[in-house]
Amino acid sequence: MLIRKPSDIKPSEITSEAIFLQRRKLLSGAMAGGLLAAGGSMVRAADSAPSAPTLKFKDNAQYSVTEKPNTFEEITHYNNFYEFGTDKTDPAENAGAFKPKPWSVTIAGEAEKTGTFTFEDIIKSHPLEERIYRFLCVEAWSMVIPWVGFPLGDLLKRFGPTSKAKYVEFTTLLDPKQMPGQRSDTLPWPYVEGLRVDEAMHPLAFMVVGLYGRDLPNVDGAPLRTMAPWKYGFKNGKSIVKIRFTETQPRNTWNILAANEYGFYGNVNPEVDHPRWSQATERRIGGSFFGARQKTLMFNGYADQVASLYQGMDLRRDF
Amino acid sequence: MPPSPRRPVDQRYRYLYKPLIFAACLIPFLGCAGGILAISGFARVPGFDLGVDPVRFVLDTLGKTAINMVLITLLVTPVREIAGNANLIRLRRMLGLFGFFYALMHFIVYAGPFQDLSWYAIAKDILKRPFITVGFLAFLLLLPLVITSTNKMMRRLGRRWRTLHRLIYLIAMLAVLHFWKMLKSDYREPLIYACILAVLLGWRVWRRNRTRQALAT
Repeated sequence: MLIRKPSDIKPSEITSEAIFLQRRKLLSGAMAGGLLAAGGSMVRAADSAPSAPTLKFKDNAQYSVTEKPNTFEEITHYNNFYEFGTDKTDPAENAGAFKPKPWSVTIAGEAEKTGTFTFEDIIKSHPLEERIYRFLCVEAWSMVIPWVGFPLGDLLKRFGPTSKAKYVEFTTLLDPKQMPGQRSDTLPWPYVEGLRVDEAMHPLAFMVVGLYGRDLPNVDGAPLRTMAPWKYGFKNGKSIVKIRFTETQPRNTWNILAANEYGFYGNVNPEVDHPRWSQATERRIGGSFFGARQKTLMFNGYADQVASLYQGMDLRRDF
Repeated sequence: MPPSPRRPVDQRYRYLYKPLIFAACLIPFLGCAGGILAISGFARVPGFDLGVDPVRFVLDTLGKTAINMVLITLLVTPVREIAGNANLIRLRRMLGLFGFFYALMHFIVYAGPFQDLSWYAIAKDILKRPFITVGFLAFLLLLPLVITSTNKMMRRLGRRWRTLHRLIYLIAMLAVLHFWKMLKSDYREPLIYACILAVLLGWRVWRRNRTRQALAT
């Protein structure tokens, strides 16, 4: 599957030959050492990873973009996670003491198998893979991120959603002791997000448990979070404690706060502006001080894969 | 009581305090400029770290400094009257001009690094986004104040100068509104600015009423 036409790729976004060869070398070195038995896990360029990967995973090139990923430092020091404060540097400062383990997730609603499951139960039967996805915040800044996880649909199917399950809702942990941002009512807590079931079952929808080959850092939603790369970042639940299948469309937090600015779908769409800023272009984090703005692509560049989900819909109304 | 006009001019203001405050006012600018030079590879200066999103950081720093400068400028008159120190007025023009300087730098960073000099996007922002309209208006309204800030213009305008420069009250309100309306949630920071501004403007209303009462009796 071709995610992006080669002509769209700027030379600056292509991994330099030196790093590419370095990776090949590491990979062939691993093969020579017979370490490939570990599942072909890949070692990243040393400049961007915090240290060697600890998770076992396969590279999923089919679902990965070829753009250069942001560094681990960038991904873990600049993001919105209001549970730890409203500044984009707050999560890095305040999430250090957060305890993502032990963890459990409650499955509820229109499914055959409901109840509370440990984190280990949730992930154990899923082989991990790495996917390099584009990430676009509704504030019009973007990154490229190497997530580790497994298809969200594979997880949801295990609980046997019934014919009444039209939507799936993800609830983030509510714990003001551990999440200092929840001590102020900047958002109606806990954070709730939702997807249509067919969106959640789409092969691109990902349940993330890792970043750069390691356990997902606290700042990015440990221990597990969703990632639908064709949607704005706010559509993804972080530090998920509850997954509920519903018949009616769940309300999502930002929609509750400002329905005119944030819809249920939150699909990336350069033609539909946020009331207070344009969504036609985005600033790629990690670029140079000048010229970091680039055109935003329909469905964040994943239109070929996901546009069919929204056939016949008025994307201006259902934004 | 207004201080006596016969009090001798304190030369320390010209040769010590004013240059010191001038240097202090430049710190945010130098920090941003140093940080940009550092990430552009011109110089490696430790301590000049603009974070993961330097454009946003510089844009926000310059904008907040502009509001700070306008509010400090508005603080001069109350402090001068309450402390009874007439010399403070000699700092006001410089502080006000720094407010304009930072507003200009804020606009330049917005137009340049932030919007990539896309005049279409900038014009659309100014016309369509109320918070940018308000910010741009505050910036434009500073221009007549800057142009009439010289001694010559003060003399030429006479009484009208004071009337014209009352625009700063409106500018300060627009600037705080610009900051407020930009945010998605968590309005604590602009709320603090709004409270400070309310005190500064409220004091002026209170003083005017008091003067009127004094004249009436």
